[in-house]
Amino acid sequence: MSAEATAINMAARASIWLKPHRIVLMLIALALVLCAAFFMRWDWLPQYWEMGLMGLWRSLWILAVTCALGFALAVPLGLAQAGGPIWFSAPAKVFCTIIRGTPLLLQLWLLYYGLGSIFPQYPWIRESWMWPYLRQAWPYGVLALTLSFAGYEGEVMRGAFAGVPRGQLEAARAFGMSRWKIFRRIWLPQAFYRALPTLTGETVLQLKSTPLVATISVIDIFAVSSKVRQDTYLTYEPLLLLALIYMTITGILVFAFSRIEARIPVKIG
Amino acid sequence: MTAADASNPGAKLIDAFLPASAAGIMELLSPVAPGWGGTLLVGLLHSVEIAIGATCLGLMIGTAGAFGKLYGGPVTRDLLAVYTTVVRAVPELVLILLLYYAGTDLINQVLTAIGYQRIDISGLAAGIFVLGFVQGAYSTEVIRGAILAIPQGQIEAARAYGMSPGLMLRRITLPAMLPFAIPGLANLWLIATKDTALLAVVGFFELTLATRQAAGVTKAYLLFYLAAGALYLALSLFSNLIIGRVEAWSRRGMPSVKEAR
Amino acid sequence: MKTVLKTFAAALLLGVAAMGVAKADPVKVGVAAEPYPPFASPDASGKWVGWEIEFIDAVCAEEKLDCVITPVAWDGIIPALTTKKIDLIAASMSITAEREKTIAFSDKYYNTPTGIIGPKDQKFGATPEDLKGKVVGVQVSTVHAVYAKKHFGATASEIKEYQTQDEANQDLAAGRVDAVQADAIALGEFLKSDQGKACCDMKGNVAPDLEVLGPGVGAGLRKEDTELKDKINAGIKAIRANGKYAEITKKYFDFDVYGDDPQSN
Repeated sequence: MSAEATAINMAARASIWLKPHRIVLMLIALALVLCAAFFMRWDWLPQYWEMGLMGLWRSLWILAVTCALGFALAVPLGLAQAGGPIWFSAPAKVFCTIIRGTPLLLQLWLLYYGLGSIFPQYPWIRESWMWPYLRQAWPYGVLALTLSFAGYEGEVMRGAFAGVPRGQLEAARAFGMSRWKIFRRIWLPQAFYRALPTLTGETVLQLKSTPLVATISVIDIFAVSSKVRQDTYLTYEPLLLLALIYMTITGILVFAFSRIEARIPVKIG
Repeated sequence: MTAADASNPGAKLIDAFLPASAAGIMELLSPVAPGWGGTLLVGLLHSVEIAIGATCLGLMIGTAGAFGKLYGGPVTRDLLAVYTTVVRAVPELVLILLLYYAGTDLINQVLTAIGYQRIDISGLAAGIFVLGFVQGAYSTEVIRGAILAIPQGQIEAARAYGMSPGLMLRRITLPAMLPFAIPGLANLWLIATKDTALLAVVGFFELTLATRQAAGVTKAYLLFYLAAGALYLALSLFSNLIIGRVEAWSRRGMPSVKEAR
Repeated sequence: MKTVLKTFAAALLLGVAAMGVAKADPVKVGVAAEPYPPFASPDASGKWVGWEIEFIDAVCAEEKLDCVITPVAWDGIIPALTTKKIDLIAASMSITAEREKTIAFSDKYYNTPTGIIGPKDQKFGATPEDLKGKVVGVQVSTVHAVYAKKHFGATASEIKEYQTQDEANQDLAAGRVDAVQADAIALGEFLKSDQGKACCDMKGNVAPDLEVLGPGVGAGLRKEDTELKDKINAGIKAIRANGKYAEITKKYFDFDVYGDDPQSN
């Protein structure tokens, strides 16, 4: 693109924002923000700053880990449903139906408190190597969120695997590729490209699910805002700031994914 | 627990579900008073009530929002864009907390400002309002997409007949967009049934909170959480069944998707 | 189009309004929506029972108030009061200077010591040294959460906060926390349950700290509702005097939960 075209493009972009009514709306928004800054109480911010950063880090970390693990689990789940024999596809389908048919909050409490209520009956659990993890809350949060992501994305991957044209797979077979090679070189990449556009949405949904871990005593950014609410008896300020933080993260996620999508050449046959 | 029970792994497994005894499971889940089954069912009823109310409210907001986004003035369109973007970017739990405390307060202030008396907003109304507001943003997008999917010729034909906007909405736009909107709206209904669980966090009595209370009193955590899970699952499977029928009905007279491909 | 939008908006508002209209002027008594025996817990038929429920019913009956029990989440009970979702908090809330910055309290209506429980197979007490390296569970936004942070924060390995008291107890039974600090009576009730009997016992009462733990439990009210406050105070005095308080207490406890008489009264 020439420099001239870029300049025109920029001007066009700027003019979208500079329509008279938009300027008025933005001024009103700015006034609201300034009112909030001046008339609401923000003196608690310095005291909770460090805690908030820790919480934010924990939220993001949980988001990244559960999305990665969940996607890794979604591939076999989708594959089993799309082309597996019945003893693979049926359990995968049941798993996806259960995860998608019940609230995540309930799954989380079932894992944390439900499993927890079994522990006293089995004293050997407390001697096992897993106990240091079972004792803490975050592994349950990570597990529940991972299973949830796998359940929803598994359904997407099923459609993606099933959507790869048979001709491509048949052509690969005609080339004499082994089944593993067909999967690795043709089927998985094609399905992945198909599922890619849904990943943005699913990741944002996953981000919006992370605050639920606060209900099982994991201190994420949501839990920090609850703590501020309880300590200062302020209702709106911490929640408004929290909403702003989540909106920023969502914005960054959407932007990053659109960049990644633009970079990956679309080769859907 | 006796010594004989302790050595028996089967009894241990049952104990995991229940501190008392195996026969006690049915007793705990029985729908009449000493059992907690009735409490769970009342909770389920509340969940369904809220989900229905929220979906209806969401549909109203969504229809108005979609028309505003498509045909409204520039200010309306921008404000609706802000509404749908913000609601879809912020976790439902945060929105529920914000709206539960601020939203109902705001309604009262608006009502007093326009001269009505201050009203007492019940938990049910607050729950419906909060979830409906969230659903509205998603419905707006679904319905907007569905209206855009209507073949342009149909609208032009209606206009050519000299139909008023209201009549056109009722006779052409709404019925014609339905088949395109139903899959998305059905998905929203399923989300609504599950989102009611979040109201447990603000202390609203629905299935998840009922379960939490039953589990807390009886200490049979695993049993009650599994029972509630079964109820939610039954609700969503039943919904899927109905949705399939409705989808087939709304597509009547249209070429089948398979044939069209 | 505008008219359609306007009709929708009006219909929405009226719809919400119609759903919300309720009968005039019952006093909505907020209780925490969680089992907190023996003070307040739901029974299987959905009715709320317990000492505190009977107590507040007696006060309301004495003052001819039309009281309705309204369960709300404990961690949002003060916002619920200030945004008028409820008119009165009767949820074993301790009177503290910190809370009095936001809400008003009636006179105290009970006061019990604060205890610590832990697993049976471990021997320790309730001092900061005893809790060294231990994970202590408390309920969020209670005086116990503040106390534990202030006195055990330096020595304990972690202070874990739970949304409900019952969940803290549950995690003690599961072994995820080493000790739970709460109201000694509520803990005693847990220790009487099958689960509590099997796992845990009382380790002792914590050292008093009037500033944090407060002089006892009172009913929470909005600051401007002085009329209701006077009525509740008069009601408490009346049932203390006419024996109703003692009668209810006898049903649940073998001692007087009221604690010491305040000197200044």
